[in-house]
Amino acid sequence: MSTAEPGREENMPEGTAGPLLQVDCVTKNFRGLRALSNVSFDLMENRILGLIGPNGAGKTTLFDVINGVYAPDAGQVLFKGEKISGRRTYHSARLGLARTHQVVRPLSELSVRENAIVGACFGRKNLRLKEAGPVADEVLEAVGLAPLAAKPAGALNVAQKKRLEMARALASQPYLLLLDEVLAGLNPTEMDAMLHTVRAIRDHGITIIMIEHVMRAIMSVSDHVVVLDHGEMIAQGSPREVAENTKVVEAYLGRPEDAERLQEEV
Amino acid sequence: MDAGQLLASTIDGLIIGLVYGVAAMGLTLIFGVMNVINLAHGAIIMLGMFGVYLLFQTVGLNPYLAIILVAVAGLVAGLIMYVMAVHRVINAPPLSSLLSTFAVNMMIIGLATTAFSTTPRNVNYSLGTLEAGPVVITNSRFAASAAVILVTAGLYLFLYRTRPGKQIRAVANNRQAAELMGIPSTRVLAFSFGLGTMLAAVAGGLIATLFSFTVLSGSAYEVKSFVIVVLGGLGNPLGALIGGIILGIMEGIIPVFISVTWVTVIEFLLFVLILVVRPQGLLGARH
Amino acid sequence: MGRRLWHPGLYLPLAVVLALGLAPGVTGGQGLRESMFTILMSVGLASSLNILVGYTGYVSFGHIVFFGLGGYVGFYTMTQLGWPLPLAALVGGVTAGILAFILGRILLRLRGAYFALATLGILEAMRAFVTNFSPFGGSIGLSLNFSAYRAYGGANEALWLTYWILVGLVVLTVVVSYLVRKSKFGLGLMAIREDEHAAEIMGVRASRAKTWALVLSAVIPGVIGVLFFFKNGSIEPSDAFRLNQSIELLVMVMLGGQGTVLGPVLGAFGYQRLRGYLLTSALFSDIQLTIAGVLLLLIVLFIPAGAVGWLRRRIPRLKTVLE
Repeated sequence: MSTAEPGREENMPEGTAGPLLQVDCVTKNFRGLRALSNVSFDLMENRILGLIGPNGAGKTTLFDVINGVYAPDAGQVLFKGEKISGRRTYHSARLGLARTHQVVRPLSELSVRENAIVGACFGRKNLRLKEAGPVADEVLEAVGLAPLAAKPAGALNVAQKKRLEMARALASQPYLLLLDEVLAGLNPTEMDAMLHTVRAIRDHGITIIMIEHVMRAIMSVSDHVVVLDHGEMIAQGSPREVAENTKVVEAYLGRPEDAERLQEEV
Repeated sequence: MDAGQLLASTIDGLIIGLVYGVAAMGLTLIFGVMNVINLAHGAIIMLGMFGVYLLFQTVGLNPYLAIILVAVAGLVAGLIMYVMAVHRVINAPPLSSLLSTFAVNMMIIGLATTAFSTTPRNVNYSLGTLEAGPVVITNSRFAASAAVILVTAGLYLFLYRTRPGKQIRAVANNRQAAELMGIPSTRVLAFSFGLGTMLAAVAGGLIATLFSFTVLSGSAYEVKSFVIVVLGGLGNPLGALIGGIILGIMEGIIPVFISVTWVTVIEFLLFVLILVVRPQGLLGARH
Repeated sequence: MGRRLWHPGLYLPLAVVLALGLAPGVTGGQGLRESMFTILMSVGLASSLNILVGYTGYVSFGHIVFFGLGGYVGFYTMTQLGWPLPLAALVGGVTAGILAFILGRILLRLRGAYFALATLGILEAMRAFVTNFSPFGGSIGLSLNFSAYRAYGGANEALWLTYWILVGLVVLTVVVSYLVRKSKFGLGLMAIREDEHAAEIMGVRASRAKTWALVLSAVIPGVIGVLFFFKNGSIEPSDAFRLNQSIELLVMVMLGGQGTVLGPVLGAFGYQRLRGYLLTSALFSDIQLTIAGVLLLLIVLFIPAGAVGWLRRRIPRLKTVLE
């Protein structure tokens, strides 16, 4: 189901309608374990891409390859036409790629505001300290952390830390935002609020890839879905198409009865 | 430079290296289990030296028997030290445990200097010598080697064949998982620390049978232990032993070729080189 | 940049340093000058170490290597090449900076305990090397002909000159420490300290930032080394590369509060005063090492954030003043 041709090179000047992100036949091994195998897809601007798959499918590894934590063993990743795979992570941040983590990584001894300022300073716009302040304040306001701005990040609870993770990523004013399980541990009301925020971010012009396990949520918010299983991309398409794909259903659930339930959820 | 001299130096270095290795084993064990660098390592070695010396001088106890007592004392000292200085900072940033163990080091050396002053000491217990052609080795060196092999064998039997030993290895591997399985991690950590200091004390006792020493001798052996631990791989006791042998042989052979003052330079450059190029050591870190 | 200097967080450390530094000028006493020299030297060394340990989070056991090497190079240029003190001091600082740059490239890829051990290895290697290095006098070291002081108007004048240069240098160090802490560069360092991986993902160029932190932290000890050994009149390997001195600096940084500007200043002052008291007190001089050890242990166990850190937590309103 791959739509990308290996070796295609297209220079995408800013503003044209080429894909924002091109993942091209990416393969990644870890000491004999094949974590990713020939994964390819394109992502157009202003879309929300849902990345789903059973546990251990390689979703977070794919994020790691995209933002430079690991270099792929084969294949490449192009961001706005420029090859970013194999380059250090700070490089992708400068180009406009931001990311949150499944297990949050706050800068604990720094205040919430300082955390956001780091994001703003070292992100795409490479702002000076003074300019970063207002950006940080705006972002904290948007995620509802403004009242806690002076608190050390380590003192927040998990839900607040998740929001801080998101705020930091947004503060860097990225073109592409990688969200790794932002809904984990939230109750239904919080989840709806978060989905609302995610859509608002997309409406602001930011492209998003979301890793999620909560089926209902990801299917409702995604424009496009990619499914990984054991490192391979087994399906991609609209949420409906993917939900009706038997391979996907088997991978996730293994039983046709649950498959029916999945299709009802969408 | 003749072959006989070279052979003698190699064997001598090998034997002394074994003793270095025991000391280093203690340091590496503690690091492997709880990620703590014990900066009081040298002080404990020194206490081991003095323990054997005092028992020999005052009670006339055979040094090799004294070492057994010193070992027990070392274990107890380690338990106390863990509870006092390490437990509270076990999960804190590394600087905390570095400074807390260093504080204990200062305390021990301060007290020891007051009690013993800095005059050199000697354990005058000779076992005679062995001659094999050009090679002359004191029997005390043989005894030391035998002791080292015994201790190493004992350590490995303990770690791999007994339940407490397996618990230690479990905690070293993954403390949280071990706790979930019901292993009392604090007790295990305290005991491991005690084991580490016990090895250091035994090494000190053995050194006392071979060389003269002062209150300040411990630090030189501590620094050597660091080098050895890195050579052998942090957390790898067998690696520490082998690293000790390598270092001992190096110290024995190099002065035959170039001025002895360059030995230290080479040691430390090797140390840094391995840290940078192969941080897991020659044999791989951890158990 | 001018406006940024008008900030209360700088006043307190600056005030302390100036009070200490100017005191001998007021009394004119040599004894006071000597004790202040020791204290201010420690303030400078501890503050510079703080940039690496406190701001960036990399614990170094080998900081004194910059002090020693800078001292040797500066001393060499003065005794063998006849250079004047200010120039020699500058060369000492630059040499230390170059060493730091090279070391940074090699060592900063190591983390935590591995980095700390490597710095220990470098310090010991340097000491062993210099002991063998004949241009630097080998194990005997170099010494200054007393007549060298004549160029400055006599021994007394030379010592006063050295003292005032040190005062100026330490003031500069405190200002630099403050500027770093308040700058984007400093924020990057602190992000590295908290979570280097996350910082890099956010766009911090970690290896570059760390290297410059190391270089910055090395230049000041390099210069201080030249000043100290010039005053001392001689330099030898065992004096120039003392591991214990390196560790004492770590103690000072932690005691006062790592990662703050005021912390190392107070820590150095407090530690040196305590040490001086213990050394001279009839009751304690024998066990001064033990007492220092006990105090260090208590602080590490119970007040790990140091004096300034503890105060900042207790009285949050003082945060702007206690930087």
